[in-house]
Amino acid sequence: MIRRPPPFAAAIGRHLPFAAVAAVALVAAPLLLEPFRLGLLAKYLCYAIVALGIGLAWGQGGMLALGQGVFFGLGGYSMAMYLKLTEAGPGGLPDFMVWSGVAELPALWTPFASPVFAVGMAVAGPVALAVVLGTLVFRQRVRGAYFAILTQALAAAMVILLVGQQGLSGGTNGMTNFFELFGQDLAEDSTQRGLYLVVAGVLGVLYLATRQLVRSRYGRLLVAVRDGEDRVRFLGYDPALVKTVTFAVSAGMAGLAGALFVPVVGIISPALLGVVPSLELVVAVAVGGRHVLAGAVLGAVVMGYAKTAFSEQFADGWLYLQGALFILVMTLAPKGIAGIAQSVVGRLRRARTT
Amino acid sequence: MRISRPIVSAIVLLALTACGSDAEPAASSNEIKVGLLHSLSGTMAISEVTVRDAELLAIDEINKAGGVLGKKLVPVVEDGASDWPTFAEKATKLIRQDKVATVFGGWTSASRKAMLPVFERYKALLWYPVQYEGLESSPYIFYTGATTNQQIIPGLDYLKEQGKKKVFLVGSDYVFPRTANKIIKAYAAANGMEVLGEEYTPLGHTEYSTLVNKVTQAAPDAVFNTLNGDSNVAFFKQLKSAGASAESMPVLSVSVAEEEVTGIGVDNIAGHPVAWNYYQTTETPANEAFVKAYKAKYGANKVTSDPMEAGYNAVYLWAEAAKKAGTTEVEAVRKAAPGIALDRPEGRVTIDGENQHMYKTARIGIIQPDGLIKQVWDSGEPIKPDPYLKAYPWAAGLAAGQ
Repeated sequence: MIRRPPPFAAAIGRHLPFAAVAAVALVAAPLLLEPFRLGLLAKYLCYAIVALGIGLAWGQGGMLALGQGVFFGLGGYSMAMYLKLTEAGPGGLPDFMVWSGVAELPALWTPFASPVFAVGMAVAGPVALAVVLGTLVFRQRVRGAYFAILTQALAAAMVILLVGQQGLSGGTNGMTNFFELFGQDLAEDSTQRGLYLVVAGVLGVLYLATRQLVRSRYGRLLVAVRDGEDRVRFLGYDPALVKTVTFAVSAGMAGLAGALFVPVVGIISPALLGVVPSLELVVAVAVGGRHVLAGAVLGAVVMGYAKTAFSEQFADGWLYLQGALFILVMTLAPKGIAGIAQSVVGRLRRARTT
Repeated sequence: MRISRPIVSAIVLLALTACGSDAEPAASSNEIKVGLLHSLSGTMAISEVTVRDAELLAIDEINKAGGVLGKKLVPVVEDGASDWPTFAEKATKLIRQDKVATVFGGWTSASRKAMLPVFERYKALLWYPVQYEGLESSPYIFYTGATTNQQIIPGLDYLKEQGKKKVFLVGSDYVFPRTANKIIKAYAAANGMEVLGEEYTPLGHTEYSTLVNKVTQAAPDAVFNTLNGDSNVAFFKQLKSAGASAESMPVLSVSVAEEEVTGIGVDNIAGHPVAWNYYQTTETPANEAFVKAYKAKYGANKVTSDPMEAGYNAVYLWAEAAKKAGTTEVEAVRKAAPGIALDRPEGRVTIDGENQHMYKTARIGIIQPDGLIKQVWDSGEPIKPDPYLKAYPWAAGLAAGQ
């Protein structure tokens, strides 16, 4: 007979894993890790925020977004523009404009001197782009592979655009050499620790909010659209709207992640938002388990860590290991790490109840 | 058994990730760790691996001769993966985690620009071995490749001497070609040369028929080529099939060395000039030994090139500075470095104290049918590095961004 825990305990049991992870991330990690490793973890968590968005759009909504790097980049560049302008000071020019032969600050750059505008644009820009794209694409009932190809093409186009506008964007180099954020010296370990806590906090809040969203009526509708778009339409809902909103939410998350990424890592360049990094994130979500939001987050952290660990240990052939990890997980556990965890927990439960 | 799959994969996963744990071998008191940070994967790997190999050779040789300050050099190799942010991350790792005495690394300007704030932040030393666009002088970087007045300007002087008046500029779309072309245009304006066109293609671009068309229709006396990497293969092939010849329209390249010639195909590029500070054929006793040692270590069919030689030199120059300082401590090494002069494969190399660049001899060579490069012109003596082109009146304003 199945022993049912009392409802209160069930509520605690449900939140226990999240609370445990949050405690480790917010308390243990900053205390135990060296500043350099903590900085790397902050970077993985930035990617995890993007992955959370992919988990929502792809895992729950069935939209295989292969160009999240574009939104990540928009957020990152917004932040980088603000940082560059504070460094140059009023009337000054960012360093790369000087050596690109730009004599006057381009009008596009002017409003980014305001931190509110820069952070706002980091989220609003990607959301606006996703809404426009989503409205155009989903109304036309473009989906599946066609949607994936379209987003990927967008990522490729974005890179070409940025590389070609060296005076405006820093070209292939991108932007680097940031010194301070909101008056805090970015080189200080304490600033970096603070940034880590902000990133971890943002990820935690977004995770809880997204989980709530998925459990809401809207979330059920989203899954229904994924599994039977036409049926949902016949029931009188507007699948295009549901998908556009979801796509925009995931784009906003990627943008925010990009804005956090720049002060943490200290550089933004087209190499971070092209086709390959966008694909890497989707791969990470697949490895973690796309059907579960926690899987997407976990996948980003695991793949990020694996990349660092492999490349440090085997500088010459680490890419093969990275690929092997992906192939192994996908063939042995198509539902990713989250799938493994679920089946292990399931077996333990069954073992206990019989 | 149903449980096997997930458990097996969980174990594999754990095993794989455990491979990369933080267990770094601690440097014992009679060892000095130095970092080597080049792209070992990605589009730049083909070029950068050779520089890494040359640096490893130098470390070997120095260790065999007794090391530095009685200690052995231990290389810590990291992969920049042709990705600028990775360069910044790995540089941080080498400095903070491995606590290396110095780092030798980089190739593209983008990778150097990405690493620069890291080295300045942690007051660590980087030795950068490749010719570049100048307009930079970080107190924590030593530049062992040429700056513009040791490569681009001698290249232009050579074209001028050859009576080439109309030039066409072709380059990859990033900071080195764009800055180089800015300098070329200023030089042309001051020297009665005419720039007929200026075209850029993204790094890795391989479709050149349109561009080759533009070039051949403009019919310049010469082309100044700042394309990088694979693009050169496609460009030279398509240029040849369009009927252009090295006699009627020489293409002067500043990023094509012995290593790249093989990739491009000797048939496509033989007869064209290049500008560097060193060729495998450069006749110095030090070069004879370098080429011999390199071939002995890595294979008789390997070639040596300018960036490899600059990387090889960097290790020796740093070792010399550390010996002079009596320590590997960064500020002491920086103070000891100015004025250090060594006879290297390219001839005498002296560290300039003001900008931490090297005095280097400029050389123009012609690519031979056997794939090697024959020197046809040199500057006679090592040229004082001038990254901001202060000594050239026509270049005034370039550094200020006008």
